Amino acid sequence: MSVNHQITIAGFGGQGIQFTGKFLIYAGMQAGYEVTCIPSYGPEMRGGTSACFVVISDDKIGSPIFSNPSLLIAMNTPSFDKYEMSTEPGGYTFVDSTLVDRKAVRDDVTTVYVPATGVASENGIHSLANMVMVGKILKETGIFSYELMEKVMPKLVSAKRPQMVETNLKAIRLGMEL
Amino acid sequence: MSIVFDRPKSLTDVPLHYCPGCTHGIIHRLVAETIDELGIEGKTIGIAPVGCSVFAYNYFNCDMIEAAHGRAPAVATGAKRANPDRILFTYQGDGDLAAIGTAETVHAATRGENITVIFVNNAIYGMTGGQMAPTTLPGQVTQTTPYGRDPQIAGYPVRICEMLSALDGVALAQRVAVDSVPHIRDAKKAIRRAFENQINKRGFSIVEVISSCPTNWGMEPVKALEWLRENMLPYYPLGVYKSKE
Amino acid sequence: MAEKVLMKGNEALAESAIRAGCRCFFGYPITPQTEVAAYMAKRMPQIGGTYLQAESEVAAINMVYGATSTGTRAMTSSSSPGISLKAEGISYLAGSDLPAVIINICRGGPGLGGIQPAQSDYNQATKGLAHGDFHILVLAPNCIQEMCDLVSDAFDLADTYRMPAMILGDGMLGQMMEPVALPEPHESKIEKPWAACGTEMKRPHNVINSLYIKPDELERIVMDRYARYRHIEENEVRYEEFMTEDADIVIVAYGASSRIARNAIMAARAEGIKVGMFRPITLWPFPKKALDRVADTARAFLTVELSMGQMIDDVKLAINCRRPVYLANRTGGMVITPNEILAKIREIKGETL
Repeated sequence: MSVNHQITIAGFGGQGIQFTGKFLIYAGMQAGYEVTCIPSYGPEMRGGTSACFVVISDDKIGSPIFSNPSLLIAMNTPSFDKYEMSTEPGGYTFVDSTLVDRKAVRDDVTTVYVPATGVASENGIHSLANMVMVGKILKETGIFSYELMEKVMPKLVSAKRPQMVETNLKAIRLGMEL
Repeated sequence: MSIVFDRPKSLTDVPLHYCPGCTHGIIHRLVAETIDELGIEGKTIGIAPVGCSVFAYNYFNCDMIEAAHGRAPAVATGAKRANPDRILFTYQGDGDLAAIGTAETVHAATRGENITVIFVNNAIYGMTGGQMAPTTLPGQVTQTTPYGRDPQIAGYPVRICEMLSALDGVALAQRVAVDSVPHIRDAKKAIRRAFENQINKRGFSIVEVISSCPTNWGMEPVKALEWLRENMLPYYPLGVYKSKE
Repeated sequence: MAEKVLMKGNEALAESAIRAGCRCFFGYPITPQTEVAAYMAKRMPQIGGTYLQAESEVAAINMVYGATSTGTRAMTSSSSPGISLKAEGISYLAGSDLPAVIINICRGGPGLGGIQPAQSDYNQATKGLAHGDFHILVLAPNCIQEMCDLVSDAFDLADTYRMPAMILGDGMLGQMMEPVALPEPHESKIEKPWAACGTEMKRPHNVINSLYIKPDELERIVMDRYARYRHIEENEVRYEEFMTEDADIVIVAYGASSRIARNAIMAARAEGIKVGMFRPITLWPFPKKALDRVADTARAFLTVELSMGQMIDDVKLAINCRRPVYLANRTGGMVITPNEILAKIREIKGETL
């Protein structure tokens, strides 16, 4: 089966939205796929919202931007409001249910409610809700293996903070256990 | 017999195009003598402006770059940053340096760009035939101030040395004139100092030379120098406005 | 091949410039190209090069002019409104036969316009950049690897032909991240006996100049330059063809829009419409002859542009209007979608096939 993931990741600035995008495409690259990631940019960044668009494909990638993701990650309510209707029918929507207080209005996509921020906070890794979310996505979609995460993480975490490799992996494991 | 007067080696052997009585020739000579005395011709790069001295690239024997109007300090900055061991000078008139190139002048100065700027102020646009310059005096008649420069309409003249003296990056800001032998001697000393500052990496040095334009002032050369003394020097007092020791 | 790394287009371009021997960068912040300047500010001091934030775009291009006059590889980068400000300096570079690399990460216009991706500076880059008879080389990457490769080539071409070269990108290419194999650092072997870098008293003085007061002399200089341009048009044209062999409809697109067009082509092919793509990589020199050859077999052309349609005129000229040429476009920073292109393809199919 051909691989062609189109992933929209959106949330507040500071939730590691751009890092999540970079992490996913780095994993995709390591897994041998073609990848692209493009952030939304401009004054809206100043308003505190952040989004990026990821493509992971086994074929050469044309457009790095798309209207209808196969997978949406909404890390806060404004993002969920903005992008909920964009997910392609049959696709996935992952919602940070700690911060998003409403349910999906659509029934033609698989909506997964993940208390990512809550779980991260309870475990003292408040800034890693994004990685908790990634763990849950791994479990639900099988997009990447956990072994690949172990391989990729050291390449992306700052060399100045090597302990963050294990902390990030822990967050992914927490997500996988949800 | 010994030679007591000769063309400086760093001036080319071509006739200058300047009008009779124009003081650009004197100022060119002072710059060239300085380059000769300091033995820096082989490592000097000059930047020519747009204006009467646009052909300065033909007159100096060192490598020369012709800049767009007013951009000489930026061009010199690029050349100097690429070649910190070279000696960079710009040679600019009042329209070039104090009007269209004001931003480049001020910012090269405040960066303390280690270059030497020779600023020839004759209170008029010469090349284009005698229009108002940023340094044209109040009341002065030019082609574009036919009733005399009215500050209510055209604003006041710019005093560059005073203005630049407020900037930390400036190593030397000195105003000199070339209307008399003593003044020419002083001008030579100032120009030499401006080059020595660069050699010693002191930062931005500017020498403003009060100069005449007999053609566009509509005066005979001697009368023009008198007019300069009577009108320009009171408005643009000679002296050292900033000197970093 | 070097190991692939993930980089943003703007950063990959900057790193590649340094590896191509760029030693001076002069810039001014403007979205969406600021990462180029930020990257240079970090890297240049590490390699003993110069990064300087200029007081204006005008000053930045003139600093490039000064640095390249001395034979140093120099670059500046901006986005549309900033390029307009640099126009004067680019004309002087062309008139003084100076190499330089200028990056335009294009955004919507006119005026202050917007900050989202656009291709509305095509005419400016290829035709009307500034006063006077001249051309600059214009290279249009469509992926991050090409952002790297073409900036390196731009330096070589600029030095070889002693003329400015522009990388015409857009906000999408500048901002997006993709795997890239960075080129190894390489030194140019191109001699620059014309450089004004100090005579060392070993040669007559060099003069960098664009002023020729005698019209017959200026005419001769310009004509000599155009002879060089003809040579470039014969030898330096670059383009890529994608599924054009059997295509009834050939899309002509460069940069970001060529990426999006690819999706539309795949969708159209799935519907049984034979669509291909001709992608100019050099926008000047425009690949006229190659495109004209495509017109032997194609039945219609469709230019896809993030502008009101600028390249379309060059396409019509290249094929002498012997096939219909359509336009699918969005502008102002709106990015056309594959579906919008597909709809146009279906329309053309109905009209001409």
